[in-house]
Amino acid sequence: MSKKLLAGPYLIWMTGFIVIPLLLIVYYGLTDRTGAFTLANILSIATAEHAKALWLSLGLSLMSTVICLLLAYPLAMILRNRQMGQSSFIVFIFILPMWMNFLLRTLAWQTLLEKGGVINGILTALHLPNQNLINTPGAIILGMVYNFLPFMVLPIYNVLCKIDDNTINAARDLGANFAQTLWWIWFPLSVPGVISGITMVFVPSLTTFVISNLLGGSKILLIGNVIEQEFTKGSNWHMGSGLSLVLMAFILLSMALIAKYDKNGEGSTF
Amino acid sequence: MKKRTFALALAAVTAVSSLLTGCGGGTSESASAASEGSGELYVYNWGEYIDEDVITQFEDETGIKVIYDMFETNEEMYPVIEAGGVNYDVVCPSDYMIQKMIENGMLAELNFDNIPNIKEIDETYMEMSKAFDPDNKYSVPYCWGTVGILYNTKRLQELGVEPPTAWADLWDERLSGEILMQDSVRDAFMVALKKDGFSMNSVDENELQQAKQDLVDQKPLVQAYVIDQVRDKMIGGEAAVGVIYSGEMLYIQEEVANLGLDYTLEYVIPEEGTNLWLDSWVIPKNAKNKENAEKWIDFLCRPEIAKANFEYITYATPNKGAFDLLDEEIQNNKAVFPDIDSLKNSEVFQYLGDEADTLYNNLWKEVKSN
Repeated sequence: MSKKLLAGPYLIWMTGFIVIPLLLIVYYGLTDRTGAFTLANILSIATAEHAKALWLSLGLSLMSTVICLLLAYPLAMILRNRQMGQSSFIVFIFILPMWMNFLLRTLAWQTLLEKGGVINGILTALHLPNQNLINTPGAIILGMVYNFLPFMVLPIYNVLCKIDDNTINAARDLGANFAQTLWWIWFPLSVPGVISGITMVFVPSLTTFVISNLLGGSKILLIGNVIEQEFTKGSNWHMGSGLSLVLMAFILLSMALIAKYDKNGEGSTF
Repeated sequence: MKKRTFALALAAVTAVSSLLTGCGGGTSESASAASEGSGELYVYNWGEYIDEDVITQFEDETGIKVIYDMFETNEEMYPVIEAGGVNYDVVCPSDYMIQKMIENGMLAELNFDNIPNIKEIDETYMEMSKAFDPDNKYSVPYCWGTVGILYNTKRLQELGVEPPTAWADLWDERLSGEILMQDSVRDAFMVALKKDGFSMNSVDENELQQAKQDLVDQKPLVQAYVIDQVRDKMIGGEAAVGVIYSGEMLYIQEEVANLGLDYTLEYVIPEEGTNLWLDSWVIPKNAKNKENAEKWIDFLCRPEIAKANFEYITYATPNKGAFDLLDEEIQNNKAVFPDIDSLKNSEVFQYLGDEADTLYNNLWKEVKSN
């Protein structure tokens, strides 16, 4: 009985702030303005503009996930092989910027990338030609990688730390070179962390609208922007909810991936 | 209309709430007045859209406790009032949104016997209000302004382009990558519709398709679609021309002078006409303290109060008493107080109905995804 009582606040939290809002989104997504049942909001993903926005979002977030993975894996390996004090200091440095507001960090990139921004200022000082950096798909990917990289590093680092040194040494003793060890030992053992990292980067990249607004100059319409527009400017909560449900399908898919590969929850971020 | 950045709005929220808690222990006079049960007043206004001292002064004078909340867009405000979770007593939406609220029976008629200072509001603006409040029964104008083109004189000279005079100049190929457009559906379509000589309240499918095509054609020339950032980007010299709300002009001119920049930023109202906007105070039907709300509106119409608010907000005031109190230099600042003659082709936004709203939104998405 007392255990049940202790669970009470969490139950209230979960129903009040997770289950009920989700049900509301499902309700809005499946009805029109008159309240009648409709699939139109969900099927609207097939219209040319929405499909293009979704496709673009998938492309950009996939790209940033791959870049994050390529950057994070070697870093996590380096960190693992450092002494305790050193590695936790570097991890600390990585987390430090996350103490600052996400919006401010993205605005800072705007200042760096602008035509008259810091990077172009340095280029001018070096008598190099100015680059058109901001308001491009590249700038959006950069923003995603910068903001979400820690979410890739930490789960991989955590899972690598749990690999026993003896396993690695055994591989060496049996004559495996570095590449072989990496492919046959390191990588298979770190899959839960990698999958977790991929989800942690891919899902927020897929749904972002702030990064594309600030670094893309609102010229590049991502699916997150479409949903945001429906809610804040279009006053069409039904369409916005319907599209959110479609996005949720993609998110559920990645959750299913986690469940399949990360059974013990080893790859959790913190 | 939309004011400053969100961060500033947040700061203002904190500042106001600290002010509110601070005045609990105000003068004994106000404390006794409060204890007489003068009641409360729930105010819902745009962020950064009032001089906070005015709120304190109102509380001290009337003993009414003000609960002050803010919103960012009309569209965000509407469902809050509709749901009625908090019964706001007095709200300050824009023209077309007031029309929507009237049409949906959400507003109470004002009792102008309780608002004697209405006489301070210039007749011109009461006429203007008739576009959305045909009998002047529901709203009292608070701020107004225009939308126009802000241009960087030096940058245009470098590009060899003459200063813009019309919306059509925003389709000049030489300005490629130098244009900042407004990132909002109605404002963007207003530019294209006006350029083509149509009404900015058009619901004609062909006219809107043509406007959409124009915006698609213009997109390669546009550097970015932004809202509040037009101001900072133009001050920073990022672009040559930008579509902007007139209310930002005083701040911009001040900032250019303060920073000692080697270029000037000028504002022009395009000759095809523009969006003439008004934000007005209204009282929702479900208001619990209607008389207090009318006191509030009357208080804000007082010339010296309207002047204090103008100096803080810097958006043009429709209050002729306040206008007379201003320095001559500001009175003659055409960017803030344009000649009424230069506005003859201009219109006020109207609410076009859900169906037209959806059409506008879909066309805008086509522009954006192109």
